[in-house]
Amino acid sequence: MQIRSESDKAGFRNVWVVAEVLSGKVQPVTHELLGAARPLADARGSEVWAVVLGSGVADGAPALAAYGADAVVVVDDARLAGFTDEVEARVLCRLIDEHRPEIVLCGATTRGRALIPRVAVMARAGLTADCTELGIDPENGDLLQTRPAFGGNILATIRCSSHRPQMSTVRPRVMKAPAPDPSRRARILRADVTPSDASLLKRVVEVFHDANAAFNLADAPIIVSGGRGMKGPDGFELLKRLAARVGGAVGASRAAVDAGWIPYTHQVGQTGQTVQTQVYVACAISGQIQHLVGMQSSDLIVAIDKNPDTPMMKMADIAVVGDVFEVVPALIDEIPKL
Amino acid sequence: MKIVVCIKQVPATSDAKIDPETKRIVREGVKAVLNPFDTYAVEEAVQLRARFGGEVIALTMGPERAAIALKECISVGADRGVLHADRAIAGSDTWATSYVLSQAILAIGGVDLVLCGKQAIDGDTAQVGPGIAAHLGWLQATYVMKVDDATATGLRVRRMHEDGYDVCDVDFPAVLTVVKDINVPRIPTLRGRLAAEKAEIPVWKPADIGCAPELIGLDGSPTRVVRTQPPPPRSGTTTVLDGSARDSARALVAELRRRSIL
Repeated sequence: MQIRSESDKAGFRNVWVVAEVLSGKVQPVTHELLGAARPLADARGSEVWAVVLGSGVADGAPALAAYGADAVVVVDDARLAGFTDEVEARVLCRLIDEHRPEIVLCGATTRGRALIPRVAVMARAGLTADCTELGIDPENGDLLQTRPAFGGNILATIRCSSHRPQMSTVRPRVMKAPAPDPSRRARILRADVTPSDASLLKRVVEVFHDANAAFNLADAPIIVSGGRGMKGPDGFELLKRLAARVGGAVGASRAAVDAGWIPYTHQVGQTGQTVQTQVYVACAISGQIQHLVGMQSSDLIVAIDKNPDTPMMKMADIAVVGDVFEVVPALIDEIPKL
Repeated sequence: MKIVVCIKQVPATSDAKIDPETKRIVREGVKAVLNPFDTYAVEEAVQLRARFGGEVIALTMGPERAAIALKECISVGADRGVLHADRAIAGSDTWATSYVLSQAILAIGGVDLVLCGKQAIDGDTAQVGPGIAAHLGWLQATYVMKVDDATATGLRVRRMHEDGYDVCDVDFPAVLTVVKDINVPRIPTLRGRLAAEKAEIPVWKPADIGCAPELIGLDGSPTRVVRTQPPPPRSGTTTVLDGSARDSARALVAELRRRSIL
């Protein structure tokens, strides 16, 4: 809603995290967001609440306390079994109306990015996508949201001083999850706010889980990734051999995916997957900022390129100056078979 | 089937530069293109029209030169374009943008389906599609990778998720956002190019279609950009290996072993 006075603003309290639950399991992004919510709530002298929507989700609610939730709102309803974003948006709006959170955070996943924009429009709230940094302005208590903008060539800081709640999405693996504290406890608030006509809306008829989908990429300890300089599908065959040798997964830049050399599910970067892996090996990737924001929080970055002056080579921890078509085969040769 | 495709003209990102003085994006002289994700939305609309008849209308909000992007849509099969351009909508964020577009869709009238690309490559928010659906109160399906079945009253679509996909039935009127897996956009034909050249693009203004002035432009936008800065460099130093491929490979493997990675 639009804020007309300071007292309007004071009516909004607490930092909410909308949980992502798949097949009954709370996803890591939810823990990461609870970690990001804590300093915001501390700065505002308020609480961190988690909101869990779905069918059969109540059992997982108490465990969210370990990651920092002071309260967990649970809407457990069989009618929320499939991902019906229209219904979930109405449920969230009802909860927002009732409890008036000051800040609402949600994972920038395919589901979060479908649900939250709908909620923001319905709640007349400001929403900032894919934030990489969140902070509180000490002067007026507003949320300061930083995100890559204009293709990631700049970082924009965005505020929303005249509307509440202030809403942000954050990509998975951008924030670090706190170490869980099993001794923490949270208040559990059960809410029964699913609209009665829920089953009349969109019908989810089937759900397919693909073990080979992008999660593989996000979970791999080592990612061997290729860019335009891989020159074609054959170049990616070479990278697949290296990835197989080190027990890793294959990633790609947008340029390589757009060229059709490798499927979109392998794309790393702003419009693909964000990864935070132990070792990221960038092969002939120049390092457009959209790509960098998707992998720069990896522990160790190795770049291989003929050109030593690319942004990727400048950013890497280890920059190998050389032709990928010579260095990668040499690497495959040097690494003992696992 | 009456289909509106919402498109955006975007700067070709590889060309985007920052003015070192003002720290703002230099837009002058930067090549503008049809947002790549929107080309899939246009193609899907044209394919649906081929099966069910009807009309495909390309809609955008932006400066006058965005008419070029609408003509691009006409060259690959859209029947007509509508440009929403006015000083009053400058500075609109995704809330206000999706409001203006939703009002334009209502003004077009009788629309069954709205198609959008999953996101624009400049803002990268993916918020306008679901925002339009919310303003209209219509059903939505995002990240659509395939239309499995279509009838005159609704669609069965596959939505892409990180862990696979789901299949859902969406009744019209509805808003879909599509990903690049959905189709292969066609190349404009000579006839298409001629149609685009001849097409007249009407320019609408928010007041003409009943947009509330307090909900558009900067005033209607809940979010504000307060500052921009270049992204910070990654901390730490770079170890450069520039010997022969064999030497570099050996040194790298030794380093990965030292870190207990291999």
